[in-house]
Amino acid sequence: MSDIEEFRQETRDWLENNCPESMRTPPAGVMDHYFGGRNPEMRHPDEKVWCDRMSEKGWTAPGWPREYGGGGLSKEECKVLSAEMQRLGARKPLVGMGVSMLGPALLKYGSEAQRMEHLPRICRGEIRWCQGYSEPNAGSDLASLQTRAEDQGDHYAINGQKIWTSSADKSDWIFCLVRTDNTGTKHDGISFVLIDMDQPGVTTKPIRLISGASPFCETFLDNARAEKHNLVGEAGKGWSVAKYLLTHEREMVADFLVPPTGKSLGETAIDVMGGDGSGRLVNGVLRHKLARYELDRLAFEATTGRIGDEVKAGQGLGPASSVVKYFGTELNKRRQELLLAVFGEEALGWEGEMYQEGRIPRDWLRSKGNSIEGGTSEVQLNIIAKRVLNLPQA
Amino acid sequence: MALVLTEEQSMIRDSAAGLLSEKATVAQLRELRDSNDELGFSKPVWQEMVDMGWAGITIPEEFGGSGFGYVGLGLILEQAGRNLSASPLQSTVLTGATLLAQLATREQQQTLFPAVAQGKTLLALALQEGPHHAPENSTLSAYLERDNYILSGRKRMVLDAHVANQFIVIARTAGSAGDESGLSAFLVDAESDGISVQRRSMVDSRNSGSLLLDKVKVPAANLLGDAGEAWDGLTRALDIVNIGLAAEMLGLSCEAFERTVSYLQERQQFGQLIGSFQGLQHRAAQMFVELELARSIVLQSLQAIDAESDSLSRLASAAKARLCEVAELISNEAIQMHGGIGMTDEHEIGFFIKRARMAQHCFGDYNYHVDRFALLSGF
Repeated sequence: MSDIEEFRQETRDWLENNCPESMRTPPAGVMDHYFGGRNPEMRHPDEKVWCDRMSEKGWTAPGWPREYGGGGLSKEECKVLSAEMQRLGARKPLVGMGVSMLGPALLKYGSEAQRMEHLPRICRGEIRWCQGYSEPNAGSDLASLQTRAEDQGDHYAINGQKIWTSSADKSDWIFCLVRTDNTGTKHDGISFVLIDMDQPGVTTKPIRLISGASPFCETFLDNARAEKHNLVGEAGKGWSVAKYLLTHEREMVADFLVPPTGKSLGETAIDVMGGDGSGRLVNGVLRHKLARYELDRLAFEATTGRIGDEVKAGQGLGPASSVVKYFGTELNKRRQELLLAVFGEEALGWEGEMYQEGRIPRDWLRSKGNSIEGGTSEVQLNIIAKRVLNLPQA
Repeated sequence: MALVLTEEQSMIRDSAAGLLSEKATVAQLRELRDSNDELGFSKPVWQEMVDMGWAGITIPEEFGGSGFGYVGLGLILEQAGRNLSASPLQSTVLTGATLLAQLATREQQQTLFPAVAQGKTLLALALQEGPHHAPENSTLSAYLERDNYILSGRKRMVLDAHVANQFIVIARTAGSAGDESGLSAFLVDAESDGISVQRRSMVDSRNSGSLLLDKVKVPAANLLGDAGEAWDGLTRALDIVNIGLAAEMLGLSCEAFERTVSYLQERQQFGQLIGSFQGLQHRAAQMFVELELARSIVLQSLQAIDAESDSLSRLASAAKARLCEVAELISNEAIQMHGGIGMTDEHEIGFFIKRARMAQHCFGDYNYHVDRFALLSGF
C-alpha cells in the first residue's frame, strides 16, 4: 500500500471511531457550525467534543505547520482528509475568521512571536475572531477608511467605527485595518492590528438585516488599546495584508455555494410541479431558466476545479478570485430566486413549521448581500477590466 | 483527471497556433472566398496539417494514426477557431473519423482509417434532411437487393460535399420518421452512379452541399456496423462533434474578444480612449468571465471523451449550449464595440460573427441543446 493509501485507511478508521454520531448530520445553514471562543455557542455539547478531538490531532487546521497547532499535512493528505470527512458526512469541527482568514494572514505576514501566540489558540477553538474592515464611509472604497490609531509609545490608541463586522458581538478578538498615517496616498498609512475586544473601549451593536438575522455588527472603538507587538507587518503597509485576505476570501466563495442536497434544482422542480408525458417540466419558461442555472452551475464547478488544478500545477492564480466571486455570488442569487419560483407563494411564509420557519425567504433575502459583501460585483468587474484586460483608467 | 493540459498537449496547442496563424488565416479565408476557390481550402496547407499528424490524431496507432485523442484535436480546433482556418478538419477529422470509430466494424476501420490518416480520403456526413437538426427524422431510404443496398432520397447541409471522396449517409432501413431504431449508416463512394451534388456557399464562406440519391447502389459490405442499429453510435459521434464545435467556438470567441479589447485600448472618442468608459469596461469584464467558464466546460468535455465517460451526452449538450451562447454574445458585442468599422467587409471582425452562427447551428443550436440537457438532467 502506498503511503497516501495508508494515510487514507488510518484517517478513515480514526474518523469512524472519533466523530460523534450527532456531528455526522448536515448543518442547517452557514451559521450552524462550531465557532469556538471564550464563551462558545453550542447547539449540541458534541460540537466541543468533536472540535477538541480534531484539534488534538491538529486537524482543525490540517495544512498548518505542527508547531503552530496545525496538522502539518501535505496538500494531498489534506485532500484525503477532506474526502474522508465528506464520505462520513462529518461536519467541519471548527469554522470562523480565525482558521479561514487570520491564520493564513499570520502565516504569510506575521512574526514568529505572533504566530506562536495566536495560531495555537485559533486551532484549539479558544479565541473567536472577527474582521474589522468596512466603515460607514468606506465600503467599496475601502482604502478611504478613517479609523485612527495613535502611537502611544508601547501601544496604539484607536478611535473610529467599523461596520459589517461579522459576529462581532460573539467574538473575542478583532483584526482591524486602521490609519496610522494620513500624509501619503490613501493606500499608504493603513496598518493591520490585532485588538482584544475584552476592554471598555470596544463595544458592538448587531445590525438586523432584511432576512431577519443579525450576522453583522457595528463595532465602536473608543480609545481602544492595541499593544505594539500586535501590529502585523510594517506600520503603514497593512493594505498588502488586506488585499491578500480579500483575494483569499473571494476564493472561499465556491465552498458555500455547493447546494445542500444531492438533487438538482431541476429535479426538485419536477418533484414539486410535475412533468409532461415526455418528462419535461410542466412550465416551459421556468424550465428554460432552471436549465440555464444548472448549465452555469456545471460550468462554474468546472471552473473552480480548473483553477484549483492550475494552482496545484504551479500556474498562477491570476484573475481567478474575482471571476469566482462575481459569478458565484450572482449564481447563488439566481438559485434563490428560482427556489421561490419552484416552491411557490406559500413558501414565502416567514414563520411556522411549514417550510422550516421561513428558511426559503430568509435565505433568498440573505443572498442579496452576496454580491455586495467582500467587494461588490461591480468592484469585481472593475478589477477584471483594469488588472486583467488592462483597460485604461477614466 | 486534473483540469490542466499535459506538457504534450501544450506542445500540440503551440504547434497548431504556429501553423494556423501563419498559413490558414482570416486573410486566406477572404482570398478563398473572393476567388470563389474550387476547393474552399488550400491543398498545400491541408497537406502540412496531415504531415503534422492531425488527420489521424484520434485514429489508433495500429491503423496509421497517432491515437493522441480528443483533447489534442480540441486544442487544434480551438486554434482553427482563432484563425477561422479553412480546411477539411471538421468534415473529415472531427466528424468523419469519429463516425467511423463509433460505427464501423474493426475490419472496416482497418481498411478505411489509414487513408483518412494520410489525408487521402475526404469524408462528409450526409445526415440532415429538414431545416433543423433532427437525426431521428431521417427518411432517406435504403433496402437490400441481393448484394447491394439501394439508397434513394435527399440530404442537405452536407459539409464539404463538393470535395468529399466518400459520404457517410444515414439512411432508414426500417421504421419511420421519428424512430431511433431502423437507422443505418453507409459508406457511399462519391463517384457512385445516381448521386448528384449541388454545392452551396454558406454565410461563413464554407461549403455545404445538397445531395440527391437516385437508386444509388451501395455494396452491402459498405454498411457500417449492423443494419438498423446506427442510433447509439451516431449519437455518441454527434456528441463528440458538438464538443469539437464548442472547442472551435471557444477559439473564435477568444480571438474576437481579444481583438475587441485591443480596439477599446486604441480607439479615441470624446477626447479619451473608449476603453476607459465603465459602460464598456463592465461588458468586457463580463465577457472575460464567460470565457473563463467556457474554457473550463470545454476542457472537461474533451477529457470526458478520452475517458470514455458514460454521461457524455449531458456534458456535450451543456458544452454546446454554453458555447453557443458565449459565441453569440461575444460576436455581437465585437461588432457593436467596433462601431461602424465593424460593419464593413474590409474589417476582419465580421468574419467571426459569420463563422460563429454557422458553428452554433450545426448539429443543434442553443435551443436544441438546452432542451436536451434538461431532459438528460431529469426535467
